[in-house]
Amino acid sequence: MTTQFQELIASNQIRLASRRKFINAFMLTVTGFLTLLALIPLFWIIGYVFYKGGSFLSFSFFTQLPRPLGMEGGGVLHALEGTMILALLAAIFAIPPGVLAAFYASRYPNTPLGIVLRFSTDVLSGVPSIVIGLFVYIIMVKPMGHYSGLAGGVATGILMLPVIIRTTEEMLKLVPGALREGSLALGAPEWKTSLSVIFPAALSGVITGFLLAISRAAGETAPLLFTALGNERYDIKAIITNGMAQKQSIFTIFGRIVDQPVDSLPLTLWKYAQQPYPERIQQSWTVALVLMIFVLTINILARLWVESRKRRLQG
Amino acid sequence: MIKQIKTLPQGSWMKRLDESIKHGDIPWQIILIVMSVAIMILVVAIGVMLWNESGEARNMFGWGFLAPTSDASWDPVNDHFEAWPFIYGTLLTSLASIIMAVPISLGIAIFLAELCPEWLRLPLNWLVELLAAIPSVVYGLWGIFIFLPTAVTPVGNFLFETVGKIPWIGALFAGPIPESGVSRLGAAFILTIMIIPTITAVTRDVLLSIPASQREASLALGATQWESIWQVLLPYGISGILGAVILGLGRALGETMAVTMVIGNSIEGTISLLRPGYTMASVIANEFAEAVSRLHSEALVEVGLVLFFMTLILNMIARFLVWRVARRIPAEARI
Repeated sequence: MTTQFQELIASNQIRLASRRKFINAFMLTVTGFLTLLALIPLFWIIGYVFYKGGSFLSFSFFTQLPRPLGMEGGGVLHALEGTMILALLAAIFAIPPGVLAAFYASRYPNTPLGIVLRFSTDVLSGVPSIVIGLFVYIIMVKPMGHYSGLAGGVATGILMLPVIIRTTEEMLKLVPGALREGSLALGAPEWKTSLSVIFPAALSGVITGFLLAISRAAGETAPLLFTALGNERYDIKAIITNGMAQKQSIFTIFGRIVDQPVDSLPLTLWKYAQQPYPERIQQSWTVALVLMIFVLTINILARLWVESRKRRLQG
Repeated sequence: MIKQIKTLPQGSWMKRLDESIKHGDIPWQIILIVMSVAIMILVVAIGVMLWNESGEARNMFGWGFLAPTSDASWDPVNDHFEAWPFIYGTLLTSLASIIMAVPISLGIAIFLAELCPEWLRLPLNWLVELLAAIPSVVYGLWGIFIFLPTAVTPVGNFLFETVGKIPWIGALFAGPIPESGVSRLGAAFILTIMIIPTITAVTRDVLLSIPASQREASLALGATQWESIWQVLLPYGISGILGAVILGLGRALGETMAVTMVIGNSIEGTISLLRPGYTMASVIANEFAEAVSRLHSEALVEVGLVLFFMTLILNMIARFLVWRVARRIPAEARI
């Protein structure tokens, strides 16, 4: 009687155990499949962009201004130049304050200001980019009275700030404390220690952070819609030759470059994609390809670099 | 030869200045503090500027601007603005995308943090994060020409024919979905893909920060690996995971370009997921540069203000939750 009972329990337990094992194996497999599922759109997008955009890609696409519809050829030189100008301006506006704030955040993380600073960085990274566009429109475009590359640069810079602060802070924290202490012990003041010992040690990481920020900002369209606006006839070469002919100073020329509306690659993509002409849509795929190559290259290089840095600093 | 360093004489004003500013440290600290404060001010200024710039619209329409009414009108010609259709569109697409993205991201995070072989972890991490690096316009382009017609339209038709027939819930799936797939559902799918990396990355970090002792104790009690993940690790990190979800929600709310390209940008009376709609971010993107009147642009700024406050509050909650998990775990217990 008792043995029968025990056998029953034992067989039940085995059944229970096998059920648990089955659930275990099943759910673990599901997580693997979900990972694969998420990678499908990635390869789908990359594959299609290369397939669709690759056929039209040519050297002249980068060296020519857009031509009117119906004419063969034409490129996106204006957008390429615009993207570079915007990136340059954004770098000027975002790097110095970003790096200095990161110094503060890494040096005094637990002071009230440090906590508030990190919190505002988090908040800033969560602000929708279109809202930043609105903000820059209000503070710059409206008072100046016209759209400009300068406003676009400021918007892009604000967008890059949190990324720069966070990566720089992380990199500064990775610098071994012994370096700081050694420098201070030799009698160097704090600022000199920060600038000539800690910063160089973290420099490559900081550059990586900047590159990642650029690659994120280069793909942004929303903040440019009503700051940089877009400009199909943007031509830096013409401005420079014109300026040289009139013997203007380099600052005046630079001022004229940033003072007018500029185009950028994603902005061009967006505009072309909405037009009903097959040529324009074809060109927007090619712009997408250029953007993707740019973003993917920077991302992969930056990550490889960070990984090797981390290993060296930690190991 | 020994290099002679000439020290400044004791009483010289330069020496006194140098000492009183602690050899340059005080200016340095002031610069750091000014920059840090500037970034705080920037965040505050965004809110204040949007608030100031939308004053007239706020006075004119009051809370009715946000009120959920079925006959809300957005009429630039007659200067009457109510934002409910956009708020509804934003909330519906974001929530739908969260519902789809959370299980997938949780699965990926569990796989990456707990199961994945070491050599595969880094490449997979990168691939998932690359999803976040793809520019939003590229998602939009791929969405309108490839993804919507081939994937969203069949799914939409299927939902219309099955769930759409059920009373009550059916209203959310009233169709038919347009042949091109341009719909709120399409926007929700694209948003899902876009927020998966955000939720995955934070959840993975939360899981990785849980002390190994928790895992070991659970396994030692005879739990299977899945049981210890589901019954021990997830409850342990739940508030951090919740924070990750809210961060993803915040990202979905503010996403502009991809959504603008695939959602159809139309104000229809329907509440259905399968019909074209409009979101807060996309109405700003489409109309602000060509606003017809002062009140129109103020109303758009007010939409931006609402969006700003929504993401601000969500971010604060999310950061608090993630921070709470991080604080509870002593540093030395982390793996």
